[in-house]
Amino acid sequence: MIGAMKLVYFAWLRERVGKAGETLSPPANVTTVGALLEWLKGQGGGYAEALKDLSAVRVAVNQEYAGPEAKVGANDEVALFPPVTGG
Amino acid sequence: MIKVQTEDFDVGVELKALMARAQGVGGIVTFTGVVREWSGNQQLAAMTLEHYPGMTERQLADIEAEAVRRWPIEASLIIHRYGRLEPGANIVLVITASAHRQAAFEANEFLVDWLKTKAPFWKLEAGPAGQSWVEAKATDDQAADRWKVTSGPAKRRA
Repeated sequence: MIGAMKLVYFAWLRERVGKAGETLSPPANVTTVGALLEWLKGQGGGYAEALKDLSAVRVAVNQEYAGPEAKVGANDEVALFPPVTGG
Repeated sequence: MIKVQTEDFDVGVELKALMARAQGVGGIVTFTGVVREWSGNQQLAAMTLEHYPGMTERQLADIEAEAVRRWPIEASLIIHRYGRLEPGANIVLVITASAHRQAAFEANEFLVDWLKTKAPFWKLEAGPAGQSWVEAKATDDQAADRWKVTSGPAKRRA
């Protein structure tokens, strides 16, 4: 375990996961955004449904956009959401 | 200046307030985005804008700072609403003021293009066929890409 991190979900990702956010403690080998997404997807159910097409998923770590190689760890706020459509 | 709010805004009031804090201004560009009545062939009943509190303000402030870095802007304002909005309602206001019109026009277009692809907002449309999330448009990405610079002074790509 690398410690608890806060996950938040928006738009259809929130609907498919079935909650707006949660605190999770992924296994120790989950140290990057990419690994986190794969691990979450493997949890099945709403996660698998929400993350089946990762090209439609954007990630922010501590409110800054982050790519698959970006590090994640304890106490981080990791947000998952679709491409933005404001303006 | 950045404002993220549910309340409506009055363009005239905001324009006056901005002029009061701007100096040496010769041109002011105002862009207002409103909810369209029609989305494709569906008549919209309403649109609900969801956002990511905290990150939204941060992204908008970063985008505004980037515009100030690239153009001689004397004052600027971005207001973006969220929550339930009906057709015709204001969504976004972007005002840019500069000594000359070119900088004001370019900076305004830059701000709108960038906020559409970077600010964490999502539109949920409600119409006769039910509710659906608006999909991001490739044309919006292309519009934002025009403003990418690798080095040197900001120049809009042809």
